Amino acid sequence: MTLYHGIFKRDMHIAFKQKAELVQPLMFLLMVVTLFPLGVSPSPDTLQRIGPGVIWIAAILSSLMAMERLFRDDFQDGSLEQYMLSGMPLPAVSAVKVAAHWLVSFVPLLLLSPLLAMFLNLTVDMYIALVLTLLLGTPLLSLVGAIAVGLTVGLQKGGVLLALLLIPVFIPLLIFATSAVDSAALQLPYHAQLAIIAAMLLLAAALAPFAIAYSLKVSQN
Amino acid sequence: MWKWLHPYAKTERAYQLCLTLQPWFWVGALTCLSIGTVWGLAFAPQDYQQGDSFRIIYIHVPSAILSMGTYVAMAIAALVGMVWQWRTAYMSMIAMAPIGAVMTFIALFTGAAWGKPMWGAWWVWDARLTSELILLFLYMGVIALYGAFEDKQQAGKAAGVMALVGVVNIPIIHYSVEWWNTLHQGATISKFDNPSIAPEMLWPLLINLLGFAFFIGAVTTVRLRNEIVLRELHRPWVQALAAEKVSKQASSVPNANLKEGN
Repeated sequence: MTLYHGIFKRDMHIAFKQKAELVQPLMFLLMVVTLFPLGVSPSPDTLQRIGPGVIWIAAILSSLMAMERLFRDDFQDGSLEQYMLSGMPLPAVSAVKVAAHWLVSFVPLLLLSPLLAMFLNLTVDMYIALVLTLLLGTPLLSLVGAIAVGLTVGLQKGGVLLALLLIPVFIPLLIFATSAVDSAALQLPYHAQLAIIAAMLLLAAALAPFAIAYSLKVSQN
Repeated sequence: MWKWLHPYAKTERAYQLCLTLQPWFWVGALTCLSIGTVWGLAFAPQDYQQGDSFRIIYIHVPSAILSMGTYVAMAIAALVGMVWQWRTAYMSMIAMAPIGAVMTFIALFTGAAWGKPMWGAWWVWDARLTSELILLFLYMGVIALYGAFEDKQQAGKAAGVMALVGVVNIPIIHYSVEWWNTLHQGATISKFDNPSIAPEMLWPLLINLLGFAFFIGAVTTVRLRNEIVLRELHRPWVQALAAEKVSKQASSVPNANLKEGN
């Protein structure tokens, strides 16, 4: 247990040493959201209608930028190989790393969300639904994303390829998350959508660590 | 079953199997497609609601069903490759990927052409159309990931993981017309107990479905043979095969030289 705790602490430590890499995706998110009122229409009604979708799309795009950080440095400096040789089960190691990554890249996003909701004129009901979908959905982004990051980590130009691989897989999540917020806007119950997202999250939590471990082994060859 | 299947993990046996199956697939594809298409387009009765434009069903439905079928086959091949470490399984997976992508494209294209007279729009963001479009993206992702690696064995493994992750989309496509009440019409032929389509319309559709399946089989065997030869160039049996081809060509070349000489 102390070993996993050590990995977790090390990852957090490294993340807070590289503050630029932490802040840049958030700035990107904020700027993408800013583009919509300027590009589509600044009228409060329009913004309220497209708001949840805009926030979710911006979250997915910015998460793609931050995602690469998950294994890249460990791959390049050889720590990943050390993890594999250490005898610790690799799925558990990857689960710990994904958890650390979620904490440093998505929790700031959650903290930023009241500001985004205010920008896009979301009502309180919509905001609560949005936060709930983000809480359930972003760990799913981290877990599934880590599989593709593991696969592309050994490649020179993984960035665009990573987006190409992940965006189609994220579309169902986007559909259910935004439909939950839309229901909230109409004062309708949205438990069904939340339950589906939660089911996807549980499935990913059970299977993704093994897929991540396998893909890391493939990349390490 | 195991004893019967296991030899095909060897590339040479898989190559031979492709050679044996290929003519049968081509014959099956040509017969079924010509019978089904002519019957469906010329002789099947008109639809009472959609008139003649429903006939695009004979291209649209087989390609749509088989775009999903090819993806499932690809994922099964990836799983087999992962579990039993068969190189030929990865090779067949990547042999199928572009074919499935083209099937998906055909399904989307004919769907758009069918949607224009029926719904009044080329493209509607309906659940089934959207999930089929995602399927196309998934195919492209698998192909792109395979292309990104230098080492093709590693590439096959990586693309296999991605193919398996994408399998979640298949039930979404299949049930999309039941889960979401959208514009796309409900299932007509997959209800085996009581198909809601007249038998004289159904038969050519089923024949065409079989024809498309044979066609995919035929093209897959061609691509798989190519893949095997490309990846196994250093093996003696491939070199022997190449030498045979060259000597065959060489025996026909002197004639050409003679003609030119005259």
